Amino acid sequence: MAVSSRGVARVVPLAPAVVLLALFMLGPVIWSFYGSFTNTALTGPTALNPEWIGFDNYVALIGDPDFPKSLWLTVVFVFLSAVVGQNVMGIALAGLLRSAVKPVRSIASTVVVAAWVLPEIVAAFAAYAFFHSEGTLNTLLGGIGITGPDWLYSTPMLAVILANIWRGTAFSMMVYSAALAEVPPELTEAAQLDGANGLQRLAWVTLPVIRRSISTNLMLTTLQTLSVFTLIYVMTGGGPGTDSSTLPILAYQEAFKFAQVGYGTAIATVMIIVGGIFSVIYIRALRPEVD
Amino acid sequence: MTDTMTRPAAPARSGLGTLAAPRGTATKVAANVVLLVIALCFVLPMAWVVVASFDAQATLSFGLPDAVTTANFAAIMTPELTWLPLWNAFVLSAGSGAITVVVAVLAAYPLSRYRMRFGKYFLYSVLFGTCLPITAIMVPVYALFVQLNLLDSLPGTIFFMAATSLPMAIWMTKNFMDSVPISLEEAAWTEGASAMQALRRVVLPLMRPGIAVVFIFVFVQAWGNFFVPFVLLLSPEKQPAAVSIFAFFGQYGSVAYGQLAAYSLLYAAPVLGLYVLVTRISGSAFALAGAVKG
Repeated sequence: MAVSSRGVARVVPLAPAVVLLALFMLGPVIWSFYGSFTNTALTGPTALNPEWIGFDNYVALIGDPDFPKSLWLTVVFVFLSAVVGQNVMGIALAGLLRSAVKPVRSIASTVVVAAWVLPEIVAAFAAYAFFHSEGTLNTLLGGIGITGPDWLYSTPMLAVILANIWRGTAFSMMVYSAALAEVPPELTEAAQLDGANGLQRLAWVTLPVIRRSISTNLMLTTLQTLSVFTLIYVMTGGGPGTDSSTLPILAYQEAFKFAQVGYGTAIATVMIIVGGIFSVIYIRALRPEVD
Repeated sequence: MTDTMTRPAAPARSGLGTLAAPRGTATKVAANVVLLVIALCFVLPMAWVVVASFDAQATLSFGLPDAVTTANFAAIMTPELTWLPLWNAFVLSAGSGAITVVVAVLAAYPLSRYRMRFGKYFLYSVLFGTCLPITAIMVPVYALFVQLNLLDSLPGTIFFMAATSLPMAIWMTKNFMDSVPISLEEAAWTEGASAMQALRRVVLPLMRPGIAVVFIFVFVQAWGNFFVPFVLLLSPEKQPAAVSIFAFFGQYGSVAYGQLAAYSLLYAAPVLGLYVLVTRISGSAFALAGAVKG
């Protein structure tokens, strides 16, 4: 590739972006792979001068009962709250909004979007108070004569999954609202004239037309949910025990609570690889927009 | 705020009224009722924050206060508890927002205007960066910051936050820039303007709303970010509101629910205001999600 002086002048504006991304995005990723082979600690002599210990962290990871459990909890969390919860709820809301009268439409979409716009720590406090044993949910249940359980202790995963659906559905709702608005009305009208009922029209006309939005949205919500930390950390702290410790919580606790930065980094590396696989699938789906 | 969202849907549906009249009305009533029930479920957790903040005897449960009071707000409005953390949050958010916008505009210009052989690969990397789960890299980032001696440094944290929002910002800025016609710059070029002059005098003034949207997007993200400053900033006098509110929750939260709610409300208010501003600028309530979609 011949580089003329004009060619150089053209790429100079990219330099600050390249430097920032290389230092703070690529750097940590490379560091993560490297650090996972060391015994880096939080403090003490191995904090600044870690030793190379090969695959020891990964061997420990496989032997540690907390890790497979955490991996499983992450899969459950992502599948139920993002893939099922936010997507189904999002598409249902988008559909309902189309047949609602204007005041109802404004109220419903504003409320759903508000839960998404709130800073994550405030959303986490609100969800904590809602699911607390003396919180709003149990007060409501008490009103109809049911003594609710202590959600955050007895069913922590259910509580954080519901909280994450509450927090994140707005994103899917907005993506699907935009997608549904672009479905040609002639298609659904034709299907209706042919005698298709609402469910059939959804399954055979609407969903196939918006399938690209569905796959894009599934990928994005999966990636966002994979990295949820604050909501779970504030609501349950990953507990009781490790009963709601998804991978981000586990990595944080190993690195900062138990001071095993190298071990926490190995967990982080696993997350980066999982996230990377999802990202590649997502980018392949988006390829026509770049080329 | 949200009336624009389903605008295209309305005319499409109206022609169907007569066709599906009897069952249609029942369906529509059901849809409205279901929506109101969902809205009620969604609003309950948030309503607690608002109601508890005005209640002197607030508990964790939603309940109308016996007397409305602003004592909770008065109690938390001290410099070290509220004003300094809010100021830190502003410095972090505005700092990373400004850096991100400048760097993103510079990077987006060649990507938008020239056909470069590696431009495609750069955009792929940028797209990959938008997907990377940031919580996954926080432990290695901590280790890296220890090595670089950047731990507990506000500038270090600002640059890190700018870098993490950069992929999305470049992507959004490029899309906004693509919609500015190139013919206007060509006129500037023939008059002898350099590429950078054309960018500053011709392109930027035309994409002011887009730049505002990108800045607010980064600002809101940084303002609401808890995990990054929680890991990277250690001294209380440098921590932003998101972290100090969490420390407050740990120390007094189990007693002073009203104050916790008041603090949360105070801290969330700017974000809600900025969101409304973005919907005004871009004319769509869903601008941020649309941008995120790519």
